[in-house]
Amino acid sequence: MYRYDHFDQAIVDARVDEFRDQTARRLAGAMTEDQFKPLRLKNGLYLQLHAYMLRVAIPYGTLNSRQMRMLGHIARKYDRGYGHFTTRQNIQYNWIKLQDAPDILADLATVEMHAIQTSGESIRNLSSDQYAGAAADEICDPRPWAELVRQATTFHPEFSYLPRKFKIAVTASPEDRVAIRLHDIGLRLVQNDAGELGFEVYIGGGMGRTPFVAPLIRPFLPADNLFSYIEAALRVWNRWARRDNIHKQRIKILVHDMGEEEFRRQVEEEWEAILPNASDVERKELERIAAHFAPPPFETGLSDEIDRSDPDFALWVDQNVAAHKAPGYAIVNISLKPVPGIPGDATADQIDLIADLAEQYSFDDLRTTHAQNLVLPHVRKADLYAVWQKLSAAGLAEPNLDLATDIIACPGLDYCSLANARSIPIAQKIQARFIERGNVNELGELKIKISGCINACGHHHAGHIGILGVDRKGTENYQLLLGGSGAEDASLAKITGPGFDEDGIVDAVEKTTDVYLRERREGERFLDTYRRIGVEPFKEVLYG
Amino acid sequence: MAEDIIRFRDDPPHEEPVVSVDAFLDQTNATAVRIEAGEDARLLVPYLDRLALIEIDFPRFRDGRGYSSARILREAGYKGEIRASGDVLVDQMLFMRRCGFDSFAPDAPIDRAVLDAALNRYDYVYQGAADDAVPVWKLRHG
Repeated sequence: MYRYDHFDQAIVDARVDEFRDQTARRLAGAMTEDQFKPLRLKNGLYLQLHAYMLRVAIPYGTLNSRQMRMLGHIARKYDRGYGHFTTRQNIQYNWIKLQDAPDILADLATVEMHAIQTSGESIRNLSSDQYAGAAADEICDPRPWAELVRQATTFHPEFSYLPRKFKIAVTASPEDRVAIRLHDIGLRLVQNDAGELGFEVYIGGGMGRTPFVAPLIRPFLPADNLFSYIEAALRVWNRWARRDNIHKQRIKILVHDMGEEEFRRQVEEEWEAILPNASDVERKELERIAAHFAPPPFETGLSDEIDRSDPDFALWVDQNVAAHKAPGYAIVNISLKPVPGIPGDATADQIDLIADLAEQYSFDDLRTTHAQNLVLPHVRKADLYAVWQKLSAAGLAEPNLDLATDIIACPGLDYCSLANARSIPIAQKIQARFIERGNVNELGELKIKISGCINACGHHHAGHIGILGVDRKGTENYQLLLGGSGAEDASLAKITGPGFDEDGIVDAVEKTTDVYLRERREGERFLDTYRRIGVEPFKEVLYG
Repeated sequence: MAEDIIRFRDDPPHEEPVVSVDAFLDQTNATAVRIEAGEDARLLVPYLDRLALIEIDFPRFRDGRGYSSARILREAGYKGEIRASGDVLVDQMLFMRRCGFDSFAPDAPIDRAVLDAALNRYDYVYQGAADDAVPVWKLRHG
């Protein structure tokens, strides 16, 4: 993985110093809260319902054991002993004191981490495929480009006071594990007929209150021109986005209002205009970065056999372990969705244990996923049983990846000042219902995603089953949505009809899955059946 | 007021009043013009050689359109003064300098010590802009 050189370290250290100075000026009253707010947000510090929340960047979801242990240390020293892994592959802490924030940043800087641009109207931490470097279907590791873009977008002088936040995702696989078309810019590495690398560039996707699946703006962008093209798109948006209504300022609205054709024309024209000054990074720098992502020294001649004599272990292997490109190795998914539990939460002790496992069994490499789970990307098949035993002992071996109990949920009204309704208790009740029914495995792949307000941090638009919490006359009410997907077959879920109360939504989800079990054909996932039969049979049982 | 303007230029301050973009395009003998947020800086590109001062207004410090305006003017080769006016705060001025602003007429006074620290805090930058700073990726390769 990427390691800082003295330039990277100097920049992050300077940021710690800058934020310490800004915090001191705020605490001394030299700055108003209005003036301080965008500055702290650019450093991931939100004022929430009960305390400050600090969001720490995990660039493209990759970290090593030393960094992971630091995350555990911060949970212990400055928070209440746990952290929350987010749908942006980051981690956030919910009980932070403002005066501690500069010290936390200083601690993070010692392990080459930071909280730069994890919130605010800035270019956010870029997300990428959690299987990068291990997936059998990728054309190459996308992370060198992700790191290149991370650097180029850090403290970008022209694009630090953008109309709204801006999120980029990159993958190099046909199977989309990062929801590229639901991002402001989604990038997929492809090869053209001449064998050259380039990007499919999707612009203008997103969730929130006005969801869009991003159109393909450019089918093939030469890889060497990645950053100048992103700059061109950012400049068109920065200049011409609305600034009068915070809900209409994302790039997706501009693409929609301008029209895909006109937006494309303007971006191409801007790109032509800036190419003479282009700040594209030369290939030798990409090669320097790429050397950091060289494959680890995989052993050869390993057996692909797995001893499945322990049935609980075999269940976990079938559900949570994915194919690796190297013979004798496997990708291990660590579910952060225990039953019952809080989606995405991990205690400091669990964080330490996972760090140990990454160091001992996975070439010191660890990933976070947008589904709020973790990944050990390179585990020898011969070690799977030992890894599983240690995960089991720590409550981290729930065999439910992509199943009905692997629910994405935002923090909701339990923590978030924007929320209209609670998310976490709904996730727990739905989990409990399926456990009671005992049909989690029978239901197969089923992505349930819950947001506590229309900002959609729980990705409900992309859920096979999505749940949106709203406030109806002072009581929490939950809308049911069906048919969304954040994968390569991206689609937006549609609302079924009137909402439900807290227990009603749990019943509604169960009834929905019963329709699936009744109607499904051989080999169909929930989503496939829904797409084939449409919403009507579901409406009949829900409202009929 | 001239005494409140923070300048990073050696030439004497320009004395003529600024006119609006519309007025300038109607009557192009003016030498100083003011761009409001949302106006297209590229309209001035044909006339840059006769302009000595371009003022770019920031109605709210969170409105970042002016950063792109300044860069477009510098990319087009403009060497005259670019002044940021309005809601200009000390924590934005480093980015403004990098985008090509070389004078500032803030609504509220700026603490010069804080400004000096802010402008000198970062020894390195990750990307090229309108200033002379060499991005670290170039420094890495000599």
